[in-house]
Amino acid sequence: MDLRFLNAEPTDAERHAVDALGAGSRDQLLPALHAVNDRVGWISQGALNHICRRLNVPPAEAYGVASFYALFSLKERPPRVVHVCTDLACRVNGAEAVTEAFDAAGIGWHRSPCLGVCERAPAALAFEAGDPAEGRLLAPATPSEITREPSTWEEAPVSVPQQGGPGLRLLRRVGVVEPESLDAYRAAGGYAALRNALLLGPAGVIREVTDSGLMGRGGAAFPTGRKWDAAARQPERTRYLVCNADESEPGTFKDRVLIEGDPFALVEAMTIAAFAIGAQKGYVYLRGEYPRALKTLRNAIDVARERGFLGENIMGRQGFSFDIEIRRGAGAYICGEETAIFNSIEGYRGEPRSKPPFPVEKGLFGKPTVVNNVETLVNIPLILTEGCEAYRRIGTERSTGPKLFCLSGNVRRPGVYEVPFGTTLGELLELAGGVPEGRELRAVLLGGAAGGFVRPDETTLPLTMEDARAAGATLGSGVVLALDDQADLGGFLVRIAAFFRDESCGQCVPCRIGTVRQEEALHRIVGGRKLGTGGDDLALLREVGQVMRDSSICGLGQTAWNAIESAIDRLGALEERS
Amino acid sequence: MTIVGLGLPRRLVEFTVDGEAVRVPEGSTILDACAAAGKDIPTLCFGDTLEPANACRVCMVEVEGSRTLVPSCSRKAEPGMVVRTETDRTRLSRKVVLELLGSATDLSTTPDVAGWMAECGAEPERFGPPAPASDDRDDRRPGEHEIPDGLTAATVRQPVKVDNELYVRDYGKCIQCYKCVDACGEQWQNTFAITMAGRGFDARISTEFANPLPDSACVYCGNCVEVCPTGALSFKREHDKREAGTWDESRQTATTTICTFCGVGCSLTLHVQDNEIVKVTSPHESSVTHGNLCIKGRFGWQHVQNR
Ligand SMILES: Cc1cc2nc3c(=O)[nH]c(=O)nc-3n(C[C@H](O)[C@H](O)[C@H](O)COP(=O)(O)O)c2cc1C
Ligand code: SF4
Ligand code: SF4
Ligand code: SF4
Ligand code: FES
Repeated sequence: MDLRFLNAEPTDAERHAVDALGAGSRDQLLPALHAVNDRVGWISQGALNHICRRLNVPPAEAYGVASFYALFSLKERPPRVVHVCTDLACRVNGAEAVTEAFDAAGIGWHRSPCLGVCERAPAALAFEAGDPAEGRLLAPATPSEITREPSTWEEAPVSVPQQGGPGLRLLRRVGVVEPESLDAYRAAGGYAALRNALLLGPAGVIREVTDSGLMGRGGAAFPTGRKWDAAARQPERTRYLVCNADESEPGTFKDRVLIEGDPFALVEAMTIAAFAIGAQKGYVYLRGEYPRALKTLRNAIDVARERGFLGENIMGRQGFSFDIEIRRGAGAYICGEETAIFNSIEGYRGEPRSKPPFPVEKGLFGKPTVVNNVETLVNIPLILTEGCEAYRRIGTERSTGPKLFCLSGNVRRPGVYEVPFGTTLGELLELAGGVPEGRELRAVLLGGAAGGFVRPDETTLPLTMEDARAAGATLGSGVVLALDDQADLGGFLVRIAAFFRDESCGQCVPCRIGTVRQEEALHRIVGGRKLGTGGDDLALLREVGQVMRDSSICGLGQTAWNAIESAIDRLGALEERS
Repeated sequence: MTIVGLGLPRRLVEFTVDGEAVRVPEGSTILDACAAAGKDIPTLCFGDTLEPANACRVCMVEVEGSRTLVPSCSRKAEPGMVVRTETDRTRLSRKVVLELLGSATDLSTTPDVAGWMAECGAEPERFGPPAPASDDRDDRRPGEHEIPDGLTAATVRQPVKVDNELYVRDYGKCIQCYKCVDACGEQWQNTFAITMAGRGFDARISTEFANPLPDSACVYCGNCVEVCPTGALSFKREHDKREAGTWDESRQTATTTICTFCGVGCSLTLHVQDNEIVKVTSPHESSVTHGNLCIKGRFGWQHVQNR
């Protein structure tokens, strides 16, 4: 390619930040953009040009990629940027007061979608560019604390309400075993599963996983064993494993808790998965707003590599090589979609690809690829240590195993909870202490913004994939967000609509424009306004919603109307106003 | 028509469209099959010389067993497929997609779209009066937007970009079909002067940092203008004549000839109005150009009519 570059030159700091990454090609674009944004806080024409020369990427395309992500700036800005979560759980827990405190103190801030710390809502995240760059979280953020220097913000240690409790499997080490120490991990049972896997052989591992009945925990509930088997059968020998840790569904924070609390479990699980499907390289696509998870996981991968648990001839097995690279997202929910994640890693805009072909045939770099969610993967060591028979006995016939739920909103003890599939919604809410004293439950958002609402009289619903489906609901990524009688449901719905509008990649018309029209119509309904045409806004919402569902390219557009539809149909919301 | 390399005769795929059996060569799309069966399916982002971007979603059809509708322009026909092009779902989808596009974009120079809209009863006005043009679209940040009140419908209206003598970019008419990007990039021109930038409703076609075209990599081949389905990109001469109200296709003739500048021998179509060349294109079915030209063939004709 004979590319034409810009005339702009980088500053020394920009040049060094990029050059420190070493030589590379297009797939280093996202890390290079991060490097500059981390070092100086924004990406100038000179910096972009330098990246493009080194990676041989056309400047226009690099600009197209950089302008796709919310964490990057292509305009000069101060080194410190504060993101305040104004999303679902933080909304009902006083995010408003936090933003007012910033305004009162004259400190600039950005409105952020869910920061994934709903158990400690409301939350704020400060990024400070420099060498090294710093990311600091404050949660819960009180108006008095928030205006202090971010360098004095202290993050609470990772914890779960059931910490150390009996019967925990996925969470048994979280908050109990030191997440930095491989020895502590091994002393707590770590790497027994990989040993078993090596004895079983790849086909044996796939059989165990298939027989366990494990279904994906990322939202789509696809049988994991079948996915692995399909990839393992591809004639192409170069295969990839991608761990989806983008976790940006509002109200979801379980994957962060797993990574921060038990990072070696994910490394071990990925190693087993790679062994089974024959992948030599794995990526963890980690949400850009998770600075602590990044540190913890980076350490775990480095330590595992030093000790022979990653790299060549793992655990002494001749010819079994596997390594893991972390890719940081940069503020785009859509990059959690399983094909958008490939484009993002490859250095393109995070736009979903059309399927077929499916990832197991043509995925990352056009090669057979398995994409799995963090929680899905963390189940793998359990299956291989307990055996698939024992695993199957947890949960129900068709929804097997333990499941993590993210409780937030108006509950007394928010957090990640582990229960067997089949636990009822009511039991789960009870575990979290129910709604605050003197309030009444108004609704539960189940499955996240792409999920739907259920009523207080539906809390007998057993939480399984099949019962949820039969009830016209979905467990999605495990969001259980409670709203009490004081919650502003209209404002909540408007926020959901704004989220989808902001996060649409813009590729297809139904979603790109439909999410805008949905938000506008909701504002009219909630604000009691009418168009001059006097049209029926509920009917309009239904038509636009139906077409987003039917004709959008990917799951984002296809589900962008779910929660709002269920608020209308199940909760009877919006009726009284229109 | 999708361009297919010559090779061994291809196997035939049999399936049904609207209850009728059809047979098409393996590798054909549903759209190819519909065209062969004489069915007219509207398309906007589909380009006869480009790989389908399947972004506009006006060509959606129903395929039995599929949870969602499928884009006929890109989905390959499979044996035994049961396709329906006229159902309640496809009609609703077509109507709403055209309404959405019409409510956000100036479609006044998009051929055929007015007819399709009338046919399916599309009323873009029902989303409210269009919001006024804005001049900040190139600066919008992903993940942020101004909270609307719902009393106007957001649009992509914006000032026209006139920054060179050869072609004009009127992105208030752009439906973001990706055709220009694909033509400029690896599918044809390999210049990569333009890209999709931004995200969601604020996505837009742009050079790096929205720099003016003369500062960009653009070599003025005009291939992006050639494929643009909406008139968002137009040759300066056409743009000026439209502004002046003197553009009149009914008075134009098209003459096919061969470019004399170099030895490649590209086919040219000269569009002449009132004894003056007003536009140069190239036949898409030409095996030499597939509709593409370089700056000389596309714009190097002023000397013919120096007066
Ligand atoms: C818009 C969108 C965002 C998504 N985000 C995530 C995510 O952050 N994490 C995740 O695991 N899956 C996410 N998914 C689901 C993935 O596409 C995919 O189904 C999943 O990662 C597969 O892993 P599993 O089989 O282990 O569940 C998302 C899907 C869509 C449509
Ligand atoms: S549905 Fe939305 S997010 Fe998905 S491809 Fe279309 S525009 Fe992008
Ligand atoms: S004129 Fe040619 S080089 Fe310039 S933007 Fe269009 S296709 Fe690209
Ligand atoms: S400018 Fe034209 S070709 Fe390019 S995306 Fe817009 S409508 Fe399509
Ligand atoms: S023509 Fe098929 S999606 Fe645009």
